[in-house]
Amino acid sequence: MNQTKEDHPLTKYIAEASKQGLSKAQIIKTLTDEGWRINDILDVILERILPEDVKVQEVAPAQDAIISVRSIRKSYGKVAALDNISLDVPRGSVLGLLGPNGAGKTTLVRVLTTLLKPDSGTAIVSGINVAENPSLVRNHIGLAGQYAAIDENLTGKENLELVGKLYHLAPEVIVARTQDLLERFSLVDAANRTAKTYSGGMRRRLDLAASLVGEPEILFLDEPTTGLDPRSRSELWEVIEGLVKDGTTVLLTTQYLEEADYLADNIIMIDHGKVIAQGTARELKAQIGGGVVELHLSDKRRMTEATQLLQGVGAEPAHVDEVSGHITIPVEDGAKTLVEAVRLLYTAGLELADIELRKPTLDEVFLKLTEKGASNDK
Amino acid sequence: MTNNLTASKEHIAKQGVFWILSDIMAMTKRNLVRYIRLPQLLIFSTIQPVMFLLLFAYVFGGAIKTPGNSYINYLIPGIIVQTVIFGAMQTGVGLADDLSKGLIDRFRSLPMARSAVLAGRTIADSIRNIFVVLLMSGVGYLIGFRVHQPLSHQLLALGLTILFGFSFSWISATIGMLVKSVETAQVAGFIWVFPLVFASSIFVPVASMPNWLQTWAKISPITVTVNSVRALVLGGDVTPALWHSFMWMAAILIIFVPLAVNRYRRST
Ligand SMILES: Nc1ncnc2c1ncn2[C@@H]1O[C@H](COP(=O)(O)OP(=O)(O)OP(=O)(O)O)[C@@H](O)[C@H]1O
Ligand SMILES: [Mg+2]
Repeated sequence: MNQTKEDHPLTKYIAEASKQGLSKAQIIKTLTDEGWRINDILDVILERILPEDVKVQEVAPAQDAIISVRSIRKSYGKVAALDNISLDVPRGSVLGLLGPNGAGKTTLVRVLTTLLKPDSGTAIVSGINVAENPSLVRNHIGLAGQYAAIDENLTGKENLELVGKLYHLAPEVIVARTQDLLERFSLVDAANRTAKTYSGGMRRRLDLAASLVGEPEILFLDEPTTGLDPRSRSELWEVIEGLVKDGTTVLLTTQYLEEADYLADNIIMIDHGKVIAQGTARELKAQIGGGVVELHLSDKRRMTEATQLLQGVGAEPAHVDEVSGHITIPVEDGAKTLVEAVRLLYTAGLELADIELRKPTLDEVFLKLTEKGASNDK
Repeated sequence: MTNNLTASKEHIAKQGVFWILSDIMAMTKRNLVRYIRLPQLLIFSTIQPVMFLLLFAYVFGGAIKTPGNSYINYLIPGIIVQTVIFGAMQTGVGLADDLSKGLIDRFRSLPMARSAVLAGRTIADSIRNIFVVLLMSGVGYLIGFRVHQPLSHQLLALGLTILFGFSFSWISATIGMLVKSVETAQVAGFIWVFPLVFASSIFVPVASMPNWLQTWAKISPITVTVNSVRALVLGGDVTPALWHSFMWMAAILIIFVPLAVNRYRRST
């Protein structure tokens, strides 16, 4: 693919000829006279010129996108960790990347933070092509990986100072930012203790503080709140909101719907390396629907009978959840379905051991969205 | 909003030699801090060589003939080189530790010099080796190690030993970046180092070995280095061994620096 469409002799000739004001008919005549077969000309137009024109349009990042990903693929052996992912992140927004274990979240973050070369596709971060100029990209980004990357033998303060030094900041800037970050992440008291003595939550906070030392334009957070207690989690959420207010773009991955809901302007759900849904939290919720009625019979032998009986009550057919062994009914209007289900079972003389109405779990959301994706493909 | 063009210029300037050195220094310091915080690490790393020293000096020493030198005087330079090699093995272990803790990922995502992580580690381990060598010399003195060559020769011997450890650090770094786990790095280090250490002139004169082993032991990088150190501290002809030692070090560095750096760039 070295020969770009501009290089091709035909393209050059056509450009030159049209500059000289030759008509289409004249151009074609000259070309055929020179021995170009019509097939060659068609080949150039269709195979080279046309697809590239189309692709160029596709690749062009959305106007205000600070991160632009196009057709990224990355495989580990047979596992496609990223399978043709494309996405845009508008400047100053928060993108929540939601997905179950092994979805490819970390892999995508690693590609965008220059740690991993994709097999194919392009990624533009802050206007810079990541594959072509990784070292420039590093000046614009901050990364807090999935596992806290801190030096346990250094104190909290020294950890931040080291990162500042490696960002090549002026000494007085390092001192000021370190102090500020220690305060923002409630680490002042522990600042002079080695990080070895830190709790899991403190490590996580120190790691996040380290990712902010360079005051990055774009912040990548890979599961930033996994392992944090509810208080630390909401503190962290506040910090992130503050950063966004100051204009930082944030790409965060999470397994919690709730977190993406709270923080993200846009949510992209991925599974098996593919985008399976995207939109605002509200849009996605509308797709997901109301919830699930889950019930449990006293007499396990009559499960099939009950499942058939309940086929029509919910928004979608009732089925037996393989893991829990419960009968599960996806619903739109939960309370109504619940009453209806109880009535039907009662009339049929099927005794209930337990019944509840709950929000769909992430697993169910994914199940539903992947099913939808699969049926759309057909 | 930052203008990309000016931002790039500024950052290219930051890749100058000054910043590379600054990054290497920051990383060296970071790696040394743990030894300053935990001086027992230094002490412990000499226990094993001291045990070797005492074992060979008092158990096997009587049976080993070392023409021209007392066995203690013969043994100490060898043990010191061995200590430096074992110290170099820590380079790989430390890097594997950084890798498994995600620190390498953090460093690779920073706009720092690419070479600084590896250079900082190998340099820090060399500095640590200086202390260990001095400590071992002290222990040697206590059990009767005496030298009569001028101080300049002793310093040359020290420099050679440290440089030798530095080159082995790069082999170790390559292994550490390949295996990625601390335990494996530890095992992988000793698997090849142990035979190398014993098939050399560290403990016994090469002439006492079977012929097939002598062929290797005579040209082994460890033998030529130990022989140079011995000649420097105890007196004797230095030159052929010293050149061989330098050639080995150059070869090791030429092969393993690029290998390690390449692994660092690609580490996933
Ligand atoms: N270095 C690697 N070697 C082999 N396979 C890998 C490697 N890294 C990731 N994978 C595979 O790629 C897929 C995506 O992994 P990735 O770590 O990106 O998932 P994730 O969404 O971050 O999951 P989690 O929520 O568990 O962190 C998984 O199937 C994983 O096993
Ligand atoms: Mg992950």
